Amino acid sequence: MSKITNEDLLNDIKAKFDSDVANISEPFGLLTLETSREKIIDLLTFLKTDAALQFIFLTDITAIHYPEAEKQIGIIYHLHSLVNNIRIRIKVFVADGDVKMPTATVLWNGANWMERETYDFFGVVFEGHPDLRRVLNVDDMTVFPMRKEYPLEDPNRVDKRDYFFGR
Amino acid sequence: MQNHPVFTDNDPQTEYSTLNLGPTHPATHGVFQNVLTLDGERIVSGVSTIGYIHRAFEKIAEHRPFYQITPLTDRLNYCSSPINNMGWHMTVEKLLGIKMPKRVDYMRIIIMELARITDHIICNGVLGVDTGAFTGFLYMMKYREDVYEIYEEICGSRLTTNIGRIGGFERNFNHIAFGKIRKFLKEFPPALKEFEALFNRNRIFVDRTRDVAAVTAEDALSYSWSGPLLRAAGVDYDVRAMEPYSSYEEFDFEVPVGSNGDVYNRFLVRNEEMWQSLRLIEQALTKLEKEPSDIFHADVPEFYLPPKEEVYNNMEALIYHFKIVMGEIDTPHTEVYHAVEGANGELGFYLVNDGGRSPYRLHFRRPSFINYQMYAPMSRGMLISDAIINMSSLNIIAGELDA
Repeated sequence: MSKITNEDLLNDIKAKFDSDVANISEPFGLLTLETSREKIIDLLTFLKTDAALQFIFLTDITAIHYPEAEKQIGIIYHLHSLVNNIRIRIKVFVADGDVKMPTATVLWNGANWMERETYDFFGVVFEGHPDLRRVLNVDDMTVFPMRKEYPLEDPNRVDKRDYFFGR
Repeated sequence: MQNHPVFTDNDPQTEYSTLNLGPTHPATHGVFQNVLTLDGERIVSGVSTIGYIHRAFEKIAEHRPFYQITPLTDRLNYCSSPINNMGWHMTVEKLLGIKMPKRVDYMRIIIMELARITDHIICNGVLGVDTGAFTGFLYMMKYREDVYEIYEEICGSRLTTNIGRIGGFERNFNHIAFGKIRKFLKEFPPALKEFEALFNRNRIFVDRTRDVAAVTAEDALSYSWSGPLLRAAGVDYDVRAMEPYSSYEEFDFEVPVGSNGDVYNRFLVRNEEMWQSLRLIEQALTKLEKEPSDIFHADVPEFYLPPKEEVYNNMEALIYHFKIVMGEIDTPHTEVYHAVEGANGELGFYLVNDGGRSPYRLHFRRPSFINYQMYAPMSRGMLISDAIINMSSLNIIAGELDA
């Protein structure tokens, strides 16, 4: 299906960013790797502009919250090379209290609302973003609702506790 | 405008008027607000406000077992909910490593392509209404009703379908359903032909839509557009062809591509996609005849909810029912991204699983949300009446926008 394999892709990335990528895995054939906040824009730029790779399509930006981890907030990029028909997933983890990221709007205009959504739900501040406001929630909301500490329902309710449902 | 006594095009204007287009304006077909700064009838700048029907689906999904998330996906793009349902089922099946029987794949293709047709009927019909031609819309709505009756025969509901289950379908298609599908295949093509005859070379319609809101392929890609909008701009990206799911690779269909991404091109691409969908349904029906007619789900009792009669009368079914509902079954500790070609573009499900009965994190890549962000920037310099038909042809569905 795809014209280059994950190994080729990984070798290309490692040739330039050897010490900056870690935790490489391939869940369901989708190359997944972690990098640092300092290197993420360089890596995205390389993937987008490299003549052989051409990851010109930004599929999605989202985030995830692991309250127990050392670096709690993970920002996840999905890119797609339409030319080679291969996808890649890149993660950056940042510590709570220092949830800042450089913006990807310099590379893709479409990153604008994706980053606004990520800010809206996880409080990730994208530095250099042209218009970083909440996008789906009301402007005067004070919490970041997709973080795990924010409950779905009234936490005082006892009839819906997880242990009633085998968790 | 040019000969206006006070304001001319050359006049450096300092005062603009502000117009609140929406949140509930009949011309926007949904709850979107756009605050437009106008110079006469021309848009100087605009700011989009969305989120009026945000329902926190991603948060709710973290507290629901997998099979209860299907009704949430219904409410994303409610003009083609079966595609969302199937996309979600396939995501979970990919996670669990369930292999579908061919017959289920073909049944899914029939349902998904019917849903694509209904979605495009709405979009193109409403585009006609917004350009002043009501007839086409009324002609086409009859066939949407026909498709809804097919859904009714299969799953019992019409708009928010909750069709199918993880692991297959909840019941087999009966002969009435097949009869209705065949009837639709026979009656819809002449109507679609008539619809095209009304519009495609209609001078008023062509003048009204051609070169309106034209988008280059570079811009479309930069804004992560997908689906008919990206294809109208000349990029042949279709998930069904690039990363075939549900046995699409066995089918013979074409990916229509436009040239300059204007409203007229989008209209033509959607019309052609309806023809291709009809082809796909016909092929799927032919393929179905060669498959054993009693298979409508995979043999995965630990994930496929058993029929209710069996739960009451059969010990094993009762146990599995209990285990599925109570979330007693271990699921892989991994993450999966699965994309399907929704009616509006790449509908993606990013699911991070921690082995429990509900996702640790579920993110919907909603094409409407991503497609809509170009609306305000591209409206600059446009006439307000052009901006209205531009919004119609973007086919922004409020449910998919807000999630």
